[in-house]
Amino acid sequence: MIPTSTSTPPSAATAVSARGVDKTFSTKQGEVVALSGIDLDVAPGEFVSLIGPSGCGKSTLLRLIADLDSPSAGTVEVFGTSAHQARIDQRYGIAFQQAGLLPWRTVAGNIALPLELHGMAPAERTARVDELVALVGLGDFAQKFPDQLSGGMQQRVAIARALAEKPALLLMDEPFGALDEMTREYMQTELLRIAAETGAAVVFVTHSIPEAVYLSDRVVVMSPRPGRIADIVPMRLGRAADRADDLREDGAFFEMITAVREALHGAPVTGPRGVETR
Amino acid sequence: MTDAAIALTPPRRRARDRGARLRLWGYGLLGLLLLAVGWELYKAMGPADGVVIGDARVLPRTSDLAMPHVWEMATRLLEPVTRAEGARPLWLEIVLAAALTLGIAAAGWVVGVVVGIALALIMQRWHLAESAMLPWIVLSQTVPLIAFAPLVRSWGSRIEIGAFEWQDWMSVAVIASYLAFFPVAVGALRGLQAPDAIHLELLRTYSVGWWATLRSVRLPAAVPYLLPALRLAAANAVVGAIVAEVSTGLQGGIGRLIIQYAGQASGDPAKAWAPIAGAVALGLIAAGSVAILGLIFRNYRRAEATQ
Repeated sequence: MIPTSTSTPPSAATAVSARGVDKTFSTKQGEVVALSGIDLDVAPGEFVSLIGPSGCGKSTLLRLIADLDSPSAGTVEVFGTSAHQARIDQRYGIAFQQAGLLPWRTVAGNIALPLELHGMAPAERTARVDELVALVGLGDFAQKFPDQLSGGMQQRVAIARALAEKPALLLMDEPFGALDEMTREYMQTELLRIAAETGAAVVFVTHSIPEAVYLSDRVVVMSPRPGRIADIVPMRLGRAADRADDLREDGAFFEMITAVREALHGAPVTGPRGVETR
Repeated sequence: MTDAAIALTPPRRRARDRGARLRLWGYGLLGLLLLAVGWELYKAMGPADGVVIGDARVLPRTSDLAMPHVWEMATRLLEPVTRAEGARPLWLEIVLAAALTLGIAAAGWVVGVVVGIALALIMQRWHLAESAMLPWIVLSQTVPLIAFAPLVRSWGSRIEIGAFEWQDWMSVAVIASYLAFFPVAVGALRGLQAPDAIHLELLRTYSVGWWATLRSVRLPAAVPYLLPALRLAAANAVVGAIVAEVSTGLQGGIGRLIIQYAGQASGDPAKAWAPIAGAVALGLIAAGSVAILGLIFRNYRRAEATQ
């Protein structure tokens, strides 16, 4: 490809760009500062995890990017437009800690929901749903209802639904938090494969250090009261897309875990404290 | 229910469902039998003048006039209504009257359901409307039917639009709908407000409007709340239709028969109970018909089974 001066404007070169973001909530006990002075850029196709103890505002930051809340100060831009416009334009897909499937719709029906709501033609829709069902490996379950699936399968449906409209940005709020360890590791490897196949940038909220390390290009370490970015740790583990399960036993993997732990605790640490290290 | 859903239900569970349903019917019949036995026991052993506390008779006299034998009431059904030549058997008269009342109650039910759902939608859409209307909706049910039934009838009789002329049965249907709309409005409102926050948030990320949210999340989530409300509405519509028949004096329905046969009770005590039994059966049939809706909307009740 020949680069030209008329290609994408500079601001569109980032998937997410947060500048000086504050978020305060008013409660009965007064103002609570959830986020303070957040600056963060996520490049297209990059996998960024937000990690930190409870109350550090990592989920709040994700909600600001998704325009489910608006910042008290500062700006959040998604692909060069405001977060609000990005939501209207459907620039991102989202998955929550709960799968949040509609219980009265089949797997295929749930994945088709955003396509239906945005008026995709039925034939095209069926084809896309078939593709997505295959992508998340649920080929035999397309006509089952959510209550007939395991937690991991439900979460895979939720991911397929988030990917339905081929978003260039995927927002995930502890999507594997409720899964058992075995399923969780399997889902992590699946997510890396899917992210590589779709080329989407991912902002991933988690409280598990190994999960963040295994998945990410960069790990954003946050600290609480007020929520702010304590450190951004780049993962020197090769391209995320090339990672496989054996990385979990690699020396570099443990080095990165230590690096994130130290960033979390603000100094070299000797024992586990506060944050899950499993 | 789709074929796929049937196929997905394990056969053992289906058999268990059938067993449970049979047992339910069994309990229903047993209850009916116990009622009959209790009636006869009291009649045989109770004091002839009933039980009187102070000036109030809390239990009835046990005479054949006040409490005919169960079998007398049953056999009376098979005999002709009157001794006149060619009179229809009593049961047929009851069935015909019940059918008329059922039709009127059904019309009232439909009107009540439409009005109830419309009110619920308005209240869900505008919170102000909920605060403004809900107390009045609750209050509306404290107005005694008998008080305004004649009013409805006299208003109705003045309505004449072109070829359309208000019929007496329409007044009865309107009164039935007045009782029927209430559980629907309240149940539908709760149902429309029932969706999980996560589902509403998801729809927000899709940046779709109120209608799309209503269609894809709120209405389906309301089904488990709506079905019992519709059943209650059916029972209410029957009660409303019967009371309205009595108070507007509409001929031919079961409400009229209750009054008419009660007047003949001194000469024919068993006959008076026939339309009462008919009214009870009518309520059961009306509520039972709504259960069929529950089967149609089975998949929308999945959340109930899993959570």
